[in-house]
Amino acid sequence: MPKPEILDPQGKAVLGALPRLGFSGVTDVRQGKRFELEIDGDLTDEVLEQVRQMAETLLSNPVIEDFTVSVETTPAAVETVQS
Amino acid sequence: MKIGVVTFPGSLDDVDAQRAVRVGGHEAVALWHGDHDLRGVDAVILPGGFSYGDYLRCGAISRFSPVMSEVVEAAHRGMPVLGICNGFQILCESHLLPGALIRNDHRKFVCRDQRLRIENASTPWTSAYETGAEITVPLKNGEGGYVADAATLDRLEGEGQVVARYLDGNPNGSLRDIAGVTNERGNVVGLMPHPEHAVETLTGPGTDGLGFFTSLVERVLA
Repeated sequence: MPKPEILDPQGKAVLGALPRLGFSGVTDVRQGKRFELEIDGDLTDEVLEQVRQMAETLLSNPVIEDFTVSVETTPAAVETVQS
Repeated sequence: MKIGVVTFPGSLDDVDAQRAVRVGGHEAVALWHGDHDLRGVDAVILPGGFSYGDYLRCGAISRFSPVMSEVVEAAHRGMPVLGICNGFQILCESHLLPGALIRNDHRKFVCRDQRLRIENASTPWTSAYETGAEITVPLKNGEGGYVADAATLDRLEGEGQVVARYLDGNPNGSLRDIAGVTNERGNVVGLMPHPEHAVETLTGPGTDGLGFFTSLVERVLA
């Protein structure tokens, strides 16, 4: 996700579009990215640490974005990163 | 001097940058993103465009191209490196320059002749200008909003690392009207507007951009 202090023009555009569609009550929209990584083999701590390194070096830009890593095992074993 | 211009897949302004290098009196050397080779150049320009289709983030994938590992190493040794527009984005993603460039605050692509003030005329790319010189060069970007945290911005201003500022209105939401910055050492410069499009009156708004391509010589002679 873009850091809270970073302007998010895309989120602002979505926020502006919602009332035009008749949706009210939304006070802010922030737009981020979600990556789904399929991992070969067992999801060890070592693999998770590698995924965090991927998130930090390529998938996100830590200057302007925060990220979280979460593990999903259903329906298929899937590793997700949100930035 | 031999000045390399890197072509990435999706670069648009590499040929204009090469021409500007020649108009500025230097030899232009084409560099390829896929080569681990700077071909003996004395300086490098990363041109504008949409390298790797701007996928993921502007400059994020280019940063890891083979030529960039050579550019980063050379920059750390002190080689002059200039990134224009997409090149500026690549330099920020490479952590050679502080901050980042995000989508324009008004969400529209901007394309116009832009007035700038040269704030730092002591870099190898700006020494042909006087500090405070006002120039007009084309600006064209969708993601040209310069951002950094307040402490970084304070440091950039305090240390004279702001190279150029927008005049006559902020075109893209860049914090503190910053159009270009340099690193602590002063050899790496990133600039969102396009001086390479303002080196000949036939095709540009004037020749105000030429100084970016003649400064290297003036620095050597000085």
